[in-house]
Amino acid sequence: MKLTGAEAVVKSLELLGVTDIFGIPGGATLPLTDALSRTEKIKYYLMRHEQCAAHAADAYARATGKVGVCTATSGPGATNLVTGIANAYMDSIPIVAITGQVATSVIGTDAFQEADITGITLPIVKHSYLITDANEIPYLFAEAFHIASTGRPGPVVIDLPRDVQNQVINFKFPEKVNLPGYKPTIRGHTRQIKLALEELMKSEKPVMFIGGGVVLSNAHQEVKKLAENFRIPVAWTLMGKGAFPDNHELNMGMIGMHGTRTTNTAIMNCDLLFAVGVRFDDRATGNLKRFAPHAKIVHIDIDPAEIGKNVKVDVPIVGDAAIVLRELNTMIENNNLKKTNHLAWVEQVFEWKKKWPLKTPDSTDLTPQFLISKISKAANDKDLIITTGVGQHQMWSAQFIELNGPRRFITSGGLGTMGFGLPAAIGAQVGKPNALVIDIDGDGSFQMVLQDLGTIARYNLPVKVVIINNRYLGMVRQWQELFFGKRYYAVDLEKGSPDFVKLSEAYGIKASVVSSVSELDEKIDEMINHRGPYVLDARVKEEENVFPMVPAGASLDEIIGGD
Amino acid sequence: MKHTLSVLVENKPGVLARVAGLFRRRGFNIHSLAVAPTENPNLSRMTIVVDLEGKPLEQVEKQLHKLVNVLKIQDFLPHEAVERELALIKVHSTKETRAEIIQICDIFRAKIVDVSQDSLAIEVTGTEDKIDAIVSLLKPYRIIDLARTGKVAVSRGRK
Repeated sequence: MKLTGAEAVVKSLELLGVTDIFGIPGGATLPLTDALSRTEKIKYYLMRHEQCAAHAADAYARATGKVGVCTATSGPGATNLVTGIANAYMDSIPIVAITGQVATSVIGTDAFQEADITGITLPIVKHSYLITDANEIPYLFAEAFHIASTGRPGPVVIDLPRDVQNQVINFKFPEKVNLPGYKPTIRGHTRQIKLALEELMKSEKPVMFIGGGVVLSNAHQEVKKLAENFRIPVAWTLMGKGAFPDNHELNMGMIGMHGTRTTNTAIMNCDLLFAVGVRFDDRATGNLKRFAPHAKIVHIDIDPAEIGKNVKVDVPIVGDAAIVLRELNTMIENNNLKKTNHLAWVEQVFEWKKKWPLKTPDSTDLTPQFLISKISKAANDKDLIITTGVGQHQMWSAQFIELNGPRRFITSGGLGTMGFGLPAAIGAQVGKPNALVIDIDGDGSFQMVLQDLGTIARYNLPVKVVIINNRYLGMVRQWQELFFGKRYYAVDLEKGSPDFVKLSEAYGIKASVVSSVSELDEKIDEMINHRGPYVLDARVKEEENVFPMVPAGASLDEIIGGD
Repeated sequence: MKHTLSVLVENKPGVLARVAGLFRRRGFNIHSLAVAPTENPNLSRMTIVVDLEGKPLEQVEKQLHKLVNVLKIQDFLPHEAVERELALIKVHSTKETRAEIIQICDIFRAKIVDVSQDSLAIEVTGTEDKIDAIVSLLKPYRIIDLARTGKVAVSRGRK
């Protein structure tokens, strides 16, 4: 079959099961764009900014488990993807970013719209390619998707010079890829799993500690089985939210800087930390020297480089979380093992949970915490997906939205990218057309990406956007209040912010304001039941703070608030 | 402390940048680096001498392993490998000093590879220490140019 390079890209994408692609075309991707116009199998979502294309592909991958695909032209189009690629890299999300490049004959001459995108993205990709011969397209696309989606997932960049897109080739798709330097360890070592089981049996104060790796490997069922079977309390990182049901009695809540008192206290007192798919990030662990001081640590992760990186591990297990836990659960079942030596600890945890529940502030004003907990209640029976920007609203969402399944909380964890929420809602809604997708956003985060309301309007995506509007860059303001003598500087957004209702209406999107508790239920219901997109400008109390809080660098038992 | 890593990589464009970038990003200092294709033209061997400064080598090895183009990493302990470096030294010489310099070269089994009225070019191979020693002996004659390859290494015996 004779195809041009651009047609070979499209054919490869079809064969790899791609159905949606987010992007903005340009001079260097014209042949590719033209080839995409001739396929029925792939829908092109025209975005308003390339950063949003990358974030949409990222959230699409998080919501569906498939590889997300985005595309941009050479030069500025490609460099605009960079933040989105870095975001996917930090959270281990499988995306493939296809960029146009100037023709091979002029690469390196500072040609119009030339940027060395494979060079620029080198430290933030799992792998990348600059394809200089179209004959390599089918194989390298298969390779790229394999690398992005297996092992510890991550972003892959494919740079396609314009002349390569026009080169005619004989299309042949590979049956499988063979990468001598890439063989992720999937199955855990049985002896290590036995050791982990021994530690579990011995432990009188165990904590299971789960993260994004549980979501990525679809290990949530195995986690639940183990937790319930042995009655082990579960703590989670921001990236692990939803992987263990929030409404479960064994759920202790989030760990770390804005984690629950119960979880942080349990971590400081446990004798076994059974960690699955986590990377011991500083926001989760606080002061590493004093982290889990009495605990032996079992660490299950597919990336050997994560084991021992930040904390010393007693039982390392390299492997896919779901496969390792399945083997462990099978050992428990086959030997009919029961665990009772830790039940006093479980009672202790239940007492802490009762003593330190997350509470919304006692206030007659509309507080963000109360608003978010109301949204959670109103949407509880729906097929709910929450996306967020980054800042206070993100932490309150992690605290007050109840989610009982994985892939429902889509947030920028590692990179902490403000502006992630809106494009993430677009990607999640495209991937899950029947879900109720709510972007809980900040007024600061939202204004970094508001141009993509245009994308929502164009495709009439029924995305709901709740702007937690406190007229501040709230998290920075909180730190200025607590650690910089309340000297607020460069954080006030009151001046210069638009009327969000008028702005949304200018895009043809229904919108309204809520500013008091009395009208809250009605507005939330109206939003949830509206069939199309909807923006709710929630004018909340200005100077609310996120608590509990463990200051940066402090130990997890140095908690402010929440008692 | 310095460590010698021998890294077998695919001989593809950009691989050196990936490896060097990884060392930089993870905060490791490359002391010397030598790269060339192996007997199989699809593969290259990199000999990297890395300055650890108290950081664990394990982390950088694991991160290197994650690069798709990296096939094999060997971490050589001093006695497990044959290690050599080559230096080309251009040194100022006069009628009076030429003979002395040639004598020094004989002691080090170095070769004179170019000679002119006022300079000699010397080729010397050996361990880092040996090269350091000849360099220091030649310094008083005024070294005009010095190029060292950095260390290359292969394992000893059957390994």
